[in-house]
Amino acid sequence: MKRIDRTLLVLILPLAILMAAGPFLPQWVLFLVTLSIGKGFVVLGLMLLLRTGLVSFGQGLFYCLGAYAAGALGKVLGISDVFLLLVSGAAAAALLAYILGFLVAQYRDIFFAMLSMAFSMILYGLLVKTAALGSSDGFNVPVPTLFGAKLVEASTRYMVFAVACAATILVALGVHWYQKTTLGSLSPAIKDNELRVEYMGASVRHAIHVKFVIAAALAGLGGALTGMTVGHIDPEMAYWTTSGEFVFVTILSGTGSVVAPFLGSLIFETIRSYAYEYSPNTWQMVLGASMLLVIVFLPLGMWSIFTARRKRA
Amino acid sequence: MIELLSTVVDGIIYSSWLFIVAVGLTLIYGVMKILNIAHGSLYALGAYMAASLAGYWLAHGYPPLGSYGMLALSAVLVGLVMGPLIERGLLRFMYGKDEVVLLLATYSVFLILEDAIKLIWGVDSLSIAEPYGMLGSVDFAGLTYPVYSVLLLAISAVVGVALAWVLQRTRQGKLLIAVIHDSEMSAVMGIRVPRFYLVTFTVGAMLAAVGGAFTAPMVSVVPGMGVEVIVLAFAVAVIGGLGSLKGAALGALMVGLVRSAAVHFLPQVELFSIYLVMVLVLLFRPKGLFSSAEARKI
Repeated sequence: MKRIDRTLLVLILPLAILMAAGPFLPQWVLFLVTLSIGKGFVVLGLMLLLRTGLVSFGQGLFYCLGAYAAGALGKVLGISDVFLLLVSGAAAAALLAYILGFLVAQYRDIFFAMLSMAFSMILYGLLVKTAALGSSDGFNVPVPTLFGAKLVEASTRYMVFAVACAATILVALGVHWYQKTTLGSLSPAIKDNELRVEYMGASVRHAIHVKFVIAAALAGLGGALTGMTVGHIDPEMAYWTTSGEFVFVTILSGTGSVVAPFLGSLIFETIRSYAYEYSPNTWQMVLGASMLLVIVFLPLGMWSIFTARRKRA
Repeated sequence: MIELLSTVVDGIIYSSWLFIVAVGLTLIYGVMKILNIAHGSLYALGAYMAASLAGYWLAHGYPPLGSYGMLALSAVLVGLVMGPLIERGLLRFMYGKDEVVLLLATYSVFLILEDAIKLIWGVDSLSIAEPYGMLGSVDFAGLTYPVYSVLLLAISAVVGVALAWVLQRTRQGKLLIAVIHDSEMSAVMGIRVPRFYLVTFTVGAMLAAVGGAFTAPMVSVVPGMGVEVIVLAFAVAVIGGLGSLKGAALGALMVGLVRSAAVHFLPQVELFSIYLVMVLVLLFRPKGLFSSAEARKI
């Protein structure tokens, strides 16, 4: 009990410090951290699914939908409040996941992975053909405001950053709490043996449906935040290679803690911003090779390095 | 009427292409229970190899008909090199792990190969259009079709019949079916299971490369061309039931006809018509059309 709370502290303390130090940090740091948090939300959702033994190669569907929901709200209705955009992104994704869940929750293993991929490709196909939303070029997301107040550019970045940090703390606490509820703690049991879970009276399908919706809401939230941070969104967010990247970060981070996705995401984005600049043609190769190494040598992800050391001590 | 006929003919031509591309994926899954995401990269490798070899052949003024031999040769080469490399070098260490772990392993291979292609052939597009144009065209029911499409049709028929014949009529094929049903029991009976896995994976890789090599003359060969193919091949294979040869054929036919109908009558939905078919089929047959019932494990 105490140990788990310490893990949360590892997340909350640095975020609180970052929030306080934000105004003095260079813009690119704010950008990088906010972007990592956005993608960290998606990875956190994938982590919930992975704990249940499910890998989704289509989380880009909800990531993209969240971004487009937030973007369209600003573009069509002129709403630009940062909280409204984030919530609408998460809500749109959760709603779609609730509907799709009735079908997807029946599937496991590669069928789950590939069916979710097919759905994300449907969205990709739709968006590419939708001229009103910019087809394959996408469109620019309006600059977010705080309670209707439009801030100057520099403080907008900090405002989004601070909101992202606060959201991370809330979400991490929420997921942490969820994993301790009966429904949440079914995850490893479902992964180990579904039938026994059913014999004990729990509905596996219902549990997976709920996890699917939570993961989608997180991906939608992450998509909305990323769209706001980058300022531009395009259908590429729903392409299956985007989803593959999220899977990569999830495997890399492991399922050990709610902190792991954010840390993994930050490391990934940092390395990417350099690697992509210096060697664009070997970047994927490095990703692939390191994923193989993690699968073979660290099946529980990078986070297991920390926990293994603690156990030994 | 002519519109309808051309829809059907286009659909069948597209189906034959889909079948060639998807059959290797379903074969590997059927035998080894591995969903090979690297299938798309092997397809791209086949296309690049074909562009290089056939380009070399034609540039040196050898008889142009030989370029078809070069297309086939490049597919065989890619299969013989990459198949054993991936199976012996990586996958065999992972047998017995979750299907999802193997999925991630082949995804890693896919990422590595995508960049390997860029490193070897560069990022500029290649083209090898001669084999496509050389055959001319043929008139059928008032419409003109390239003869190359007929060639595709023939290749897919040959591939399908050959696979079915090997599986059902030869000793090795029957042994393979035993391996599919129970690999442990087969090993006990003296069947060399690892060798069957190696051969299956190599043949599967070769089929992916055949798809790429014979697609190369129809398109421009660019980095990332394999990305879409893997999703397409999966959709086709899963509609018919992963691992079923009949299923891949029927899946290819359904997808081909639906897409061609979409192109002719409702172009807006063309991009995702295939996935729509897949979702509809899975709604009613959760494991595809030709899937066998699976025992629940306690």
